[in-house]
Amino acid sequence: MAKTILPGHGSGGKLMNEMIDTVIRKRFGAGNVQLDDSAILTVGSSSIAFTTDTFTITPIFFPGGDIGRLAVNGTVNDLAVMGARPLYISCALVLEEGLDFADLERILESMKSEADSAGVAIVTGDTKVVPNGKADKIFINTSGIGIIDKRIQRREIVPGDRVIVSGTIGDHGMAIMALRNNLSFSRGLQSDCAHLNRMIAKITDAYPDSIKFMRDPTRGGVASVLNEIVKGKQYSAMLSEEALPVRDEVKGVCGILGIEALYAANEGKVIIIAGRADADGIVKLMRKTPEGRDAAVIGEITTAFPGKAYIETAIGGRRILPLLTEEQLPRIC
Amino acid sequence: MENDLNKRLAARLKGLRLDQEIRIMEVCGTHTTEFFRTGVKDLFPGNLTLVDGPGCPVCVTPNDYLDRAIEIGKQHRTIIATFGDMIKVPSSYSSLAKEKAGGMDIRVVYSPMNALEIAEAEPGTEVMFLSVGFETTAPAEAVAILEAKKRGVKNFSLLSGNKLTPPAVEALLAAQEVKIDGFILPGHVSAIIGAGAWRFISERYGRPCVVSGFDAPDLIMGMLTLVDLVKKTRNETINQYTRVVKEEGNLKALEILRQVFRPSDAHWRGIGVIPGSGLDVRDEYAEFDAAKKFPVTPPEPKAAKGCRCGELLRGLITPPECALYGKACTPEEPVGPCMVSMEGPCAAYYKYWSR
Repeated sequence: MAKTILPGHGSGGKLMNEMIDTVIRKRFGAGNVQLDDSAILTVGSSSIAFTTDTFTITPIFFPGGDIGRLAVNGTVNDLAVMGARPLYISCALVLEEGLDFADLERILESMKSEADSAGVAIVTGDTKVVPNGKADKIFINTSGIGIIDKRIQRREIVPGDRVIVSGTIGDHGMAIMALRNNLSFSRGLQSDCAHLNRMIAKITDAYPDSIKFMRDPTRGGVASVLNEIVKGKQYSAMLSEEALPVRDEVKGVCGILGIEALYAANEGKVIIIAGRADADGIVKLMRKTPEGRDAAVIGEITTAFPGKAYIETAIGGRRILPLLTEEQLPRIC
Repeated sequence: MENDLNKRLAARLKGLRLDQEIRIMEVCGTHTTEFFRTGVKDLFPGNLTLVDGPGCPVCVTPNDYLDRAIEIGKQHRTIIATFGDMIKVPSSYSSLAKEKAGGMDIRVVYSPMNALEIAEAEPGTEVMFLSVGFETTAPAEAVAILEAKKRGVKNFSLLSGNKLTPPAVEALLAAQEVKIDGFILPGHVSAIIGAGAWRFISERYGRPCVVSGFDAPDLIMGMLTLVDLVKKTRNETINQYTRVVKEEGNLKALEILRQVFRPSDAHWRGIGVIPGSGLDVRDEYAEFDAAKKFPVTPPEPKAAKGCRCGELLRGLITPPECALYGKACTPEEPVGPCMVSMEGPCAAYYKYWSR
């Protein structure tokens, strides 16, 4: 049978990475296409970060946000984790015939208010309408440009460095999954959708040399980001199960569906690799911000299983956290 | 406090010294993964071996079941509603994932009731639910049929691949192919059938058993108890999951199960036909039995070359002993079902143990 696109090709896992490597970059030129959250480009004497992201989500409104808010924050965060100051955003809309105008306006209002709060301007855009059934209500693409005022926030990672997360994990992914499956006991569960540029600016100002890497663990979750960090390296990433901030509601839904919170999407969190000496200071500073109030050191860079991410469980056993092929599917029993 | 206690239990397991190999079989796919996920397997002392049993419903479902489902989808254009685990399992010539990409209407559902809801929402189309599972899922499937009848839904049916676990364990014991010193018995299945349904193992086959829950302390306690029983050659069945499992099981669930299904001979991957180990839809509910409603002749089933899932499910090998494991057979391109289902031993080893 001819090879076709499968859902797994969009999951943030192995299939997607393979497709990017062997199908996309091969054609566009591996030297041109940068794989980080944003491409870093030199324009005149300035260094800028440039990123793009397309958003599709069912349902388009959910507890804690909507597709518009997701689009603005996702793009702002992809710029911020590079150490860039987000400035401008574009907004391209693919609208399905029959979409309620009221819904569209509500989404646009939400984008505007989020952009204002993040301090970015939406400056250009595009609209397309496709026939009924050819899209799922609305798709949004946002590109963003930010300026690197000081330095790109990427440094050499070494064993002993700490892994920090800015708050509870899996909130967005499990809120959506609970909603899609009508898990009525999951009330109170909501997406963590938020822009992190202000919090990130605070910590990069205070600890510019200690922060070696930042990434927002969206699709594929925390475990996938850690795998990206250690891939092909001589070090490994160790997480401590006891230190992981996970809401009880998230644990509950994960348990029912047989899904791990470490692989569930987040839309308002950042993973930071920081030097050992300053890790606690960074967490303390993050906790003073609303976006980072549950920040914690959750692990460290070790040499136990080079190239792998693993977790030390509450009873002291260890297991590997692999890069998943694709999205986790709920189990039978 | 609770965590301190758990850590002390963990230290006891790790500190065990065994002068001969003790082989314990776990009969539940969730146990297979939980031993890894909780880190308990990492604490096993030398000479303590966990032998994976036929406890993953997707894994023991033979090719001919999926071949039939796909053939029905092709010929009768039914919507196929299935649990997510089944999607990527290779059939003899295809898989649901490939058929879906090719345009077959396949929906992932979380319970048979979801499938019934689809049937009600789309009355013009037949909806066939792939009913694969052990005693834990069968009562819910029986309820879906009872509800369909009550609501007068005519376009809903299920293709029964349901199986009963004690006959499979007995078949392994009777075959005497593999040395097993004791059993960790499935907590969820036992919640339905009761701890009593397992006592034949210690009484007739002289092996100690523990009915266990799924948290780290449950698993550690289960192993510590079994090692102790094996050492003392005490052939008892101990229920350590009393917060969920009763001696007689869940009588209400069993009654519903028996109302809709009757025991039948069933084909298990790797083991063959085991008498009385399957569940067929009773004649009174034949209108909901997809096997009767959509008669088809599936193509001759074909086994994947080199796949050793069958031997694995009989406890004869561990996943890394299969030549395909991790090379020709990975979660991306699975050859056998044990690499697909999240409860499959190969998938569990590959996910948690590939160091």
